[in-house]
Amino acid sequence: MKRFIGFVKKEIYHILRDRRSLFILFGMPIVQILLFGFAITNEINNVKIGILDKSNDEISRQLIQKIDASPYFQIDQYLYDSNEFETTFKKGKIKAILVFEAQTAKELITKGSVKIQVLTDATEPNTANTILNYIQAIIQNFQSEINLQQTIPLQIVVESKMLYNPELKSVYLFVPGVMTIILMLVSAMMTSISIAKEKEIGTMEILLVSPLNPSQVIVGKVFPYILLSIFNAIVILLLGFFVFGMPMNGNLVLLGLESVLFILSALSLGILISTISQTQQTAMMISLMGLLLPVILLSGYIFPISSMPQPLQIMSNIVPAKWYIIILKGIMLKASGIALLWKETLILVIMTLFFLALSVKNYKIRLE
Amino acid sequence: MNTDKSIWVKDLTKKFGDFTAVDAISFEVGKGEIFGFLGANGAGKTTAMKMLIGISKPTSGAAMVAGYDVFHQADLVKQNIGYMSQKFALYDDLTIKENARFFGGIYGLTNTEIKSKTQQLITDLGIQEVVNQNVGSLPLGWKQKLAFSVALLHEPKIVFLDEPTGGVDPITRRQFWEMIYKQAHNGTTIFVTTHYMDEAEYCDRVSIMVDGRIDALDTPAQLKKQFDAESMNEVFLKLARK
Repeated sequence: MKRFIGFVKKEIYHILRDRRSLFILFGMPIVQILLFGFAITNEINNVKIGILDKSNDEISRQLIQKIDASPYFQIDQYLYDSNEFETTFKKGKIKAILVFEAQTAKELITKGSVKIQVLTDATEPNTANTILNYIQAIIQNFQSEINLQQTIPLQIVVESKMLYNPELKSVYLFVPGVMTIILMLVSAMMTSISIAKEKEIGTMEILLVSPLNPSQVIVGKVFPYILLSIFNAIVILLLGFFVFGMPMNGNLVLLGLESVLFILSALSLGILISTISQTQQTAMMISLMGLLLPVILLSGYIFPISSMPQPLQIMSNIVPAKWYIIILKGIMLKASGIALLWKETLILVIMTLFFLALSVKNYKIRLE
Repeated sequence: MNTDKSIWVKDLTKKFGDFTAVDAISFEVGKGEIFGFLGANGAGKTTAMKMLIGISKPTSGAAMVAGYDVFHQADLVKQNIGYMSQKFALYDDLTIKENARFFGGIYGLTNTEIKSKTQQLITDLGIQEVVNQNVGSLPLGWKQKLAFSVALLHEPKIVFLDEPTGGVDPITRRQFWEMIYKQAHNGTTIFVTTHYMDEAEYCDRVSIMVDGRIDALDTPAQLKKQFDAESMNEVFLKLARK
């Protein structure tokens, strides 16, 4: 144990004394999340929308006025028939259309609930999501306002339809995405580099000749990065929650455990990379090309997997990040429990064990 | 088995598939002896040494190092030897004290032991004024001496030195050999590989490996007589050309 503590201490000195790694470890999560966060939220300003108002009554007029008054939307066009939708969207200027069916006010008062349809152009999925969210928020606001004067609460139900990309479901893609990238970066890239560094400067040899056994060496090297990754995950979650209002609907304990699982799978990948690279540069290149690119491109973080060609969809299955993002979104947005996420969790567990076994095998071959 | 020898090797062999890197070598090294382990690149020196320091498993044969069997007691072997590589591997971003602390720690020394030994090391090397500097900023010669002292921190019975004088100037090399002599005089066995034939002359006995086998083993004086040579360099060339 004393040896282990000494080892961890040494590793922390390495991390704190290297400015570059310090920046990657602590600066990057914050910069990334702010960058992604604001890049997305800033897009929603004076978005042009269309209206098809078949009822033209008190409720629909009030609601339209409210939407038009908000800084986010600007009513650009009034439509008169549903066959105009296609041509309107194709022009590309209008990003969303609100449809009020006939007799909206009457239905609301007699039945206590009414449906309003929102059609969005989901060719830009993130924008579409945000637009829908804002419209929903405005309608909800409106609903609680009219309910102030009512004894029986009235309900306005928003029925949304994403055109051109109907599969896209989740909001706030970026918090789970950035979290995944950062954890991958810290856990896999930083560990593989730090192990490769020991090989490069020759200290790995000294450690192997010492009474420490190889697994102690690896655990000692990896342990500080587990702590750092957990710390980073917490920072990202806090920023997401307080700065960007990322919902946190699910069980935080489950979220934590799943994150540790993903961290372990990334670490095992990092160890695997370090067994095949002799220098820090190689480790970095393999990590960037082999890990970060797939995480960014194939995890469903930026590009929805459902809109990828078949071969890429199949390939995306071997990217651990894909499963972690599904888990994150499930817990954060849908409050899913382990009963719903056991499949993804199991896949991550199997992947982690597989990578670990492979790196142990590789490591042994090298020692022989 | 002769256990009062520091190193005892009998028919030690290492094969990688069909290729025999080390071919049934046998030798003994006595306590406090400076044993030069010579050979051209690719002759199998490094592989042989890796087996002796417990990081590579022999294919066949037997070897005792510091009284322990390298097959079954690799952990005890490791605890009782010191090792310094040709890279003088220390952590550049740690200070001298931190390096000593870390390496002392992994050999299981107590805090007080580490403290007193580090102090001793600093006085012996005369490096008081740079104690709190990162090792990366020290000249190569100092790093070399420091790496050697760190390898001796846990008072091993045998020190393995893998080309310990590569890249340093002749004066520093000379000084380094003085450190080696002093250590051998104190009873530590020195097992050293080198490329420099003049250094071979400083050894008590020398073995020369060619193609995985030990082709010559004796004191430098005897070897020169045996091969009718003026210097160790000539001995080496005659053997290599055979």
